This record gives sequence, structure tokens and C-alpha cells, in this order.
Amino acid sequence: MSEALLQARGLRKSFGALAALDGVDLEVREGETHAIIGPNGAGKTTLINQLSGRQRPDAGRILFAGEDITRLAEPARAKKGFARSFQVTSIYREFTALDNVALAVQAHAGHSFRFWRNARAEPALREPAREVLAEVGLAARADVLAANLSHGEQRQLEIAMALATRPRLLLLDEPVAGMGIEESQRMVAFLATLKGRRTMILVEHDMDAVFSLADRISVLVYGRILATGRPEEIRANPEVRAAYLGEDEAC
Amino acid sequence: MKLAPRTLALVAVLVLFAVVPPLVAAFGQPFYLDLFRRIMIFAIAAVSLNLILAYAVGVLAHHGLTSGLVQWALAIGASALVAAAIGAISIRTSGIYFIMITLAFSQMLYYLGVSIEEYGGDDGMRVKTLSQFPAGLDLADPVTFYYLVFALLVLVLWFTNRLVRSRFGMVIRAAKSNEARSRALGFSPYPYRLVAFTIAGAMCGLAGALLVNHTAYLTPEFMNWTRSGELLFMVILGGAGTGAGPVFGAAGLLLLEDLLQGWSLLPQGMRAYWQFWLGLVLVLVVLFARRGLAGLLRGSADE
Amino acid sequence: MIGLVLEQALNGLQLGVTLFLMAAGLTLVFGIMNFVNLAHGSLYMVGAYLWVAIAKLTGSYLAGVALALAGTLVVGMAVERVALRTLYERDHLDQVLATFGLILVFNELVAMLWGRSALYASLPAWLGGHVEIGALRYPVYRLAIIAVGLAVAALLWWVVVRTRLGMLIRAGASNRTMVAALGVNIQRLYTLVFGFGAALAGLAGIMAGPIYSVQPGMGELVLIQVFVVIVIGGIGSIRGALVGAVIVGMVDTLGRAFLKPALATVWSPVVADTAGPALASMLIYVLMAAVLALRPEGLFPARA
Repeated sequence: MSEALLQARGLRKSFGALAALDGVDLEVREGETHAIIGPNGAGKTTLINQLSGRQRPDAGRILFAGEDITRLAEPARAKKGFARSFQVTSIYREFTALDNVALAVQAHAGHSFRFWRNARAEPALREPAREVLAEVGLAARADVLAANLSHGEQRQLEIAMALATRPRLLLLDEPVAGMGIEESQRMVAFLATLKGRRTMILVEHDMDAVFSLADRISVLVYGRILATGRPEEIRANPEVRAAYLGEDEAC
Repeated sequence: MKLAPRTLALVAVLVLFAVVPPLVAAFGQPFYLDLFRRIMIFAIAAVSLNLILAYAVGVLAHHGLTSGLVQWALAIGASALVAAAIGAISIRTSGIYFIMITLAFSQMLYYLGVSIEEYGGDDGMRVKTLSQFPAGLDLADPVTFYYLVFALLVLVLWFTNRLVRSRFGMVIRAAKSNEARSRALGFSPYPYRLVAFTIAGAMCGLAGALLVNHTAYLTPEFMNWTRSGELLFMVILGGAGTGAGPVFGAAGLLLLEDLLQGWSLLPQGMRAYWQFWLGLVLVLVVLFARRGLAGLLRGSADE
Repeated sequence: MIGLVLEQALNGLQLGVTLFLMAAGLTLVFGIMNFVNLAHGSLYMVGAYLWVAIAKLTGSYLAGVALALAGTLVVGMAVERVALRTLYERDHLDQVLATFGLILVFNELVAMLWGRSALYASLPAWLGGHVEIGALRYPVYRLAIIAVGLAVAALLWWVVVRTRLGMLIRAGASNRTMVAALGVNIQRLYTLVFGFGAALAGLAGIMAGPIYSVQPGMGELVLIQVFVVIVIGGIGSIRGALVGAVIVGMVDTLGRAFLKPALATVWSPVVADTAGPALASMLIYVLMAAVLALRPEGLFPARA
């Protein structure tokens, strides 16, 4: 059994009177694909924000490879190997796809206090970017403005940017959100190729995607983890069925 | 219509740069906009530093240190330092706060300048000796000075151009385009913005040195925050975020000011209150000409 | 000595109250409409000029005040309808520039109508004179300013906390689109708020007229101090504006009065003479920097 790469203990986060996270315990093992499901408003995006460092928890701890990173700022966590995709596509719309990925490469290529060389002419940035674009299937669209890509392509671009940073941990917030059936299936197939090679935390509503990709699933309901386990276990869990799965079509 | 030499210098560059935009469009490079915009806007907000440098030059001249190289180097350094100090505090804020804070610091420096009685208080004082340079570079000769300014302008524009395209420039532009995404990638915008602000301050410092020598007069007026507004106008009028924009804007505004003040075809009454018309033009430009002069030259928007 | 400190403290309060009136207007407009109005100082100036002109014309102080207030309100709303509406959706920088252009227009307009030298108008007898506060003789007028300012603060508090309009204002400050989605006529609300802000600025100008000089550009001098108030107090917050204004008013006044003598006791009179005035004028900006370093959002920010 592999080790825990990420551990969250007792995470709490309130917005005014609303307790978005009410004592969340989570454990993600190295190399596993861990899905987080739950009804809307359960706090899934808040949880991702806490893990990536975008927000600070009111209470609780987060450990990454044994190190306490609770107080660490988002860019610092990124440098330690966190990468995330956003629920609402968050890319650089005025730059080309290649520029976008090259920026991701640049973020992990040391400091950027270089004032002279044209960044777009640097093979150290462009080559790895091209490789990643090819990996996600966007090689042909490298020189297209991100704003002009289709929605599905933009989400692919986000994944590409996350991958380009060579992360130890991928946080994916609804990667197939807003995608049509075919695009979703292609994305899921692609994510499947990452299984085992990368540690992934996947927040998703699409149950097909979740059950085909996840090694383990955690169910988040009203700010608390109701259950954690392998897909079959979760599917069979009566509490989970009542709280969540019971409302969806049969899987 | 008699034009001041500084206007002529800018017009010369304007002509030069009139050639650039179509070239730029031909090569499809619309993107050094954002960084430049960012830097120039920071620069303009920090333009009060103009006077720190001017003061430094004037002060040094006053005390007998007239070597231009030393003066200007010290002055640019001082400007950069003040910029760094102001930036360290104000860059953590954004938008409206940032604008207000930098204007406030500008005013603070103005009060500081005004209260220094030795250098003339709010009347200012005449600078006795211009900056001295070796090898026959005599600033008292108008043509020589003109070409020096011209050369420096070209240098600054080129330098900024390289800056915008560098890794540093890309970070600034990325952070402006999408800050959340930048932080998630691992960029921490603050240090980069601070450096950009400092560079801008230093460049403004250079402008200040030139200005003191140009007018041969030292006054705190430039630190008055309303001056920053004028310079802001040059940037926006010309089209913020374009390489040539600030040049067009500077030329445009100064020409307009000259015109309104001195054109013999205008009635005397109108000329006395030329700032009224200037203000009106500025309001209209902002309301209706969104991309400024540079945008007009390029045709439709690039987005 | 006590008398001196008390006198300066009251002066500081008076300045604070004036700054509050300006800051409240500016911060309301920014908080609700997300609009930066650099020409706010011009409205202050308009108020002062209108009062001087009308008071001279009619010979009545109160008529001057009432009509000048109304006049500033009208001018504010007119400017909003004619020039500023299109700017709400635009970048803050565009707003800064357009309103900066307006500053020039207003300053020159005022110069065209009344010339560039400072104007003076006298106060009516019932506002002149002094009042005894313990050992101190303090001008009635300044006390009146303090009283009016605090009354306006109380009025504002009542409006914001107790009325429907105030509810809309608070809602608008935290979520503009939601308010619009609820079917409130946003355009009318904006014009109203802007006019209200203009009236506040005008009132500040009217009251300041007799004490400070009435001349083109008077608004810009005050505006910077108003910026400092807003940055310290927090944008969008009336409470912040009041606290910030009183702090700035006090610090500036007491600083100018006592820093030089204080320096003279610690260092030599020569140092005090040169450094004193310079430092005193920089005091509020240093304070601003200090607040920013600790709380970049100000003391009572309205926005989450």
C-alpha cells in the first residue's frame, strides 16, 4: 500500500454564518486517483481551494509528503508540486495555447527575473510546452489564441498547463464540466492514461468519469466526509446512496 | 506657430514611429501591449519621482557637483530607491487604492519639496550650471541636447520593448491577464511588480534629469499630483499598452497644449483659458476614443 | 497649555468633519457605483463659489447656503447624466482620466466667471465671535462646523441603517449586480447617490469657504487628504470615512501645531525649524503608509 502524499485533518472553513467545511479529514495516497463527489454546495470547490492554497482554513492542518503546508501560500505550494485546474476555465485568453503552456513551464524553470532574452524564442520553454500540447492532443492548435479555442479545447489547455509544471499532485476541479459526450469521453480516456503515473484528486459530478477513473472515492456532504472507500464500496454504501447517489441515474 | 524644441523632438520620433505600427501589425505582434500598459501606468503614477531626480540634479549642481554622468547616475538611483519604497507599500493594493495611494505619495513628496526652503520652496530656483558631460557633449547647445534626448528616447523604447518580451515581461503580463491562474502556476506577482515599478521609477528619473536641464529651473510643481494626471493622459491618449502609444500621447498632448496657448488664429479669450478646452478634449477622448491615437492608426481593435 | 491643546484638538476635529463630508460622498460613490470621481473636489469648489456668489447677491447667509447646496446637487446630477454615465462600465483608469479632464474644465470655468484670485465673503454676525470653553476662547463658526458635520454623520447613519434607501446602498455596496437583478432602477439610484455625494461635497465647500480661501484649484488640495482618509478608513465604508477623517484631521492639525516645538525640545531649534514643517506636512502620508503596511484594505473595508 502506497504512502499518503496528502493529508488533510479537521479542515474547517466558514464564510460568515455558512460553514462550508465542517471538519474534513482526507487522505490521498501516492499514485492514486482519488475522486471527491457530493451534492452541489457540499463544499467541493472550497476544499480544492484550501488544498491548493487559494484560501486558508479557519482550523485544521494540511500535510504534503509529511510536511505541514497549512500556512504556505498558493504559489509556494505550486512550486512544491501542486497543480490545479479550475471549475470555470482559467487560462490566459490573450495568449496563444503554446504561450499558455510555455508560461506554465516558465513558472517552474527557476525565477523569472530575466530581462533581456525574448521568452518566446527560448527552446527551453517552447519545446517542453509543445510536447505537453501534443500529449493532450492540442498540437495542431498551438498557435491559436486561447480565447478562440472551443470550450473543450480550453479545458484541455488547462490540463496541459497543469501537466507542464510536472506536478506531484494534480487537483482537478470538474475537468469535464460543460463538455459534450464525445469530448468528455476523450478527456476521461486521456486522464486514464495518467492513472498511476500521477497522483490526482478529482472533483466531479459526472459519475461515469468518476467510477471509471477513481481508485478511491470520498463523499463530501455538507462540509463533512461521509465515507471514503473503493468505488464498489461507495456504490454499495446505503448512507451514500441516500444522500447522493440515490438522486442520480443508476450507474 | 512656434513649437518648443521638446515638441519637435517628439514629433521627430513620432514620424519614426508612424512607420512602426504598420510593421508591427504586419508581423502580428499585438501583445506587447499589456506589459507596456502595466509598466507605463505604474510609471505614470510614479511620475512624481520625476522631481526627486530633478531635485537631485539641481541639488548637486547647487553644491558644485556638475558632472552629468555622476549626477544622473545618482539621480536615477535615487528615483529607483524611492520607487521601490513607495512600491513596496502600494503594490499590495490594487485598482482604485493603488491609484489613490500613489497620487497621495506624490503629493507628500511635493510638500517635502516645497518645505525645503534652501531650494526655493514653492517658487523653485534657477539651476546655475547644466549637467556637464565629457567629450564636447554640451547641453547648452540646443541641437546637441535635442539629439541626446532623441537617442535616449530610442534607447528607452528599445529597452522597454525587450523587457516586455522577456520572461520578466511575460510574468507581469500573465499576472495582469489572470492573477488566479498565475498564482496557481507558481508565480508570485508581488516581487515582479515591485521590480517593474522600480524600473519605471528609474526611467522617470531619467526624464526628470532631462527636464531640469531643459528648463534650467527647479520647482516642486512637478510633484503636485495633478501633474501625474497630465502624464497619465499622455499614456491613455496615445493608447496605453502600445509601444508607440506613450510617444504619440506625449506628442499629441504637448502639441495640443501649445496649440491652445499660442495659435494666433484662436481668439485671445480662448487662449487665456486653454486648459478648459484641454479638459474638454480629454473628457471627449476618454469617452469616445477608447484605444487612443495608436489605436486609430492601427484601425480596428486587435481583440 | 491645556487651552492650546484643546484649541488645536477642536481645530483637528473641525478639519476631520470637513474631510468626512468629502470622504463620505466619494466613498459612497465608489462603493455603490464602483466609480472613481477625481472631480469630487470640483464639487466642493462649486459649493464654495456658489455660496460666495449667492450670499453676496442676496445678502443673506442662509439663502446662500440653501441655494448653493441645491445648486451643487443640480450640477452634480447634471454632470452625472451628461458625462459620467458611460463610464460606469469602464476601467477605473478611464474614469480617473475623464474626471481629471473635468477638473480642468471646472477650474477654468470658475476662473472665467470669477477670476483667478481668491474670493472672500464675510460671515453673518450670529456666526461670528467667540465662545468660552473653560479657559479657551473658541470661534463660534468652527464649533458650528463641527456640530453640522456630526449631525450629518448621524443623519447618514440613520439613512444607511434604518431606511430602505440605506438598505439598497448597503446591498449595492456589496453586490451591485444582485441589486440590479432585483429590479431596482439602478440608473435612478446611481443618479441619486451621485447627487447626494455632490451635495455633501458642496456642503463641505460652503462651510470651508469662510475659513479657507475660495479659488480655482481649492478642491484638489483637499482631495488628496480625502484619498488618505479613504485609504485609511477603507473604501465603501461610511464608518471608515468618519474614523479615518477624524484621525487624519487630528494628526494633521496637531502635527502641524506641535511637531516643531516638540522637536525643538529634543533636538536643537535649528533642526526643528527646518525639519519640523516638512515632517509635519508628511505626517498623514506616513500614517497612511503605516496603516497600509498592516491592513492593506483599510480599517473598516466594506467589501469582503
